[in-house]
Amino acid sequence: MPSLKDLKNRIASVKNTRKITKAMQMVAAAKLRRAQEAAEAARPYAERMNAVMAGLAASVKGADNAPRLLAGTGSDKVQLVVVMTAERGLCGGFNSSIVRLARQRIAALQAEGKTVKVLTVGKKGREQLRRDFGNLLIDHVDLSEVRRIGYDNAQGIARSILKRFDAGEFDVATIFYNRFESVISQVPTALQVIPAKYDESDAPETGENTVYDYEPSEEEILADLLPRGVATQIFTALLENAASEQGARMTAMDNATRNAGDMIDRLTIEYNRTRQAAITKELIEIISGAEAL
Amino acid sequence: MATMQFDLVSPERMLASFEATAVEVPGAEGDLEAMPGHEPVITTLRPGVLRAHGAEGRKSFIVTGGFAQINGTSISVLAERAVAIEEATGTIMDELLEEARSLAEAALPEDKDAAQKLVHDVEMLRARV
Repeated sequence: MPSLKDLKNRIASVKNTRKITKAMQMVAAAKLRRAQEAAEAARPYAERMNAVMAGLAASVKGADNAPRLLAGTGSDKVQLVVVMTAERGLCGGFNSSIVRLARQRIAALQAEGKTVKVLTVGKKGREQLRRDFGNLLIDHVDLSEVRRIGYDNAQGIARSILKRFDAGEFDVATIFYNRFESVISQVPTALQVIPAKYDESDAPETGENTVYDYEPSEEEILADLLPRGVATQIFTALLENAASEQGARMTAMDNATRNAGDMIDRLTIEYNRTRQAAITKELIEIISGAEAL
Repeated sequence: MATMQFDLVSPERMLASFEATAVEVPGAEGDLEAMPGHEPVITTLRPGVLRAHGAEGRKSFIVTGGFAQINGTSISVLAERAVAIEEATGTIMDELLEEARSLAEAALPEDKDAAQKLVHDVEMLRARV
């Protein structure tokens, strides 16, 4: 049975924890709003980009000289897995859900006899993957210094991926991130970026079937736009991830705050009981002492 | 006067969206001016100044890279980077120039020419601001 003093200390420490988790929750809520706004603001660009790309991709499909970024290298032996996670923990299952999906995928690919290379974005994913797939990690992008994710960051990642692709280091690239669905639900998602897959249903429904002139030629535009398309997809993923991270942290911290509250209640009851027991014991001692006389 | 829907978006946000009577675009193959009823065209951009003539007068933007999608009723410009000309101070231009130069240095031999042209275009732009 813990003493009164121990209980008092326990309560004080849990109260402190509650203050911290409460503060973290509120910070996450504020950051979540900003992250959501950023994701919202980036949507028009990504949507239009996808629409144009889908149109272009459909028109060169099947052509012999289709760019490799679109048509692929004709092989899928070497797979690049890009795992995007957060730089910080304390955000519930956010990091582990991405890593779990990536891990399953890597294992499946390896079982098919493919070579897998892993590029990590964000410290947490790297830490978790290093244990099982340390020898597969080829590069790491550190975003811990970045306060607000900008297009530059996405471009940097895209460039390093594209450089490897041009050097023939891999055939297929897939990015793993958490799609933001709501504050309580983030969906781990795998998206293949190279060779690019554009959904033809995204193509603009012009109705009258507008035929565009291309200046310069269709192929040149495509060659110019495909790398941008990769950067845009990565940018979207980064923003979704940022919003998801804050959402997950907010939920996790909300739960932690509530748990701390419950614990304080339980401890307070125990403290009061113990105090009561001590008083009762003393009374019994006095009374039995008086009776003995 | 007839107008067309003009949208200028960069990856990070939407910079402008209004009805314009004419838009001057710095196309990769030369400048062009899009007016309502323009033939549908998709063109890539070179770094330059984009001017949109709307109801509230002319608005100018510095754009680098990206593309424009023009049809008879609307024009969407998707620029890699876009800055309203009023905000384009020397420092921003220097930043752009710096970026173009570092890109030119890192470029593969076969892309060298294009990268050099980019640097040149940005330098021209810098001189004009």
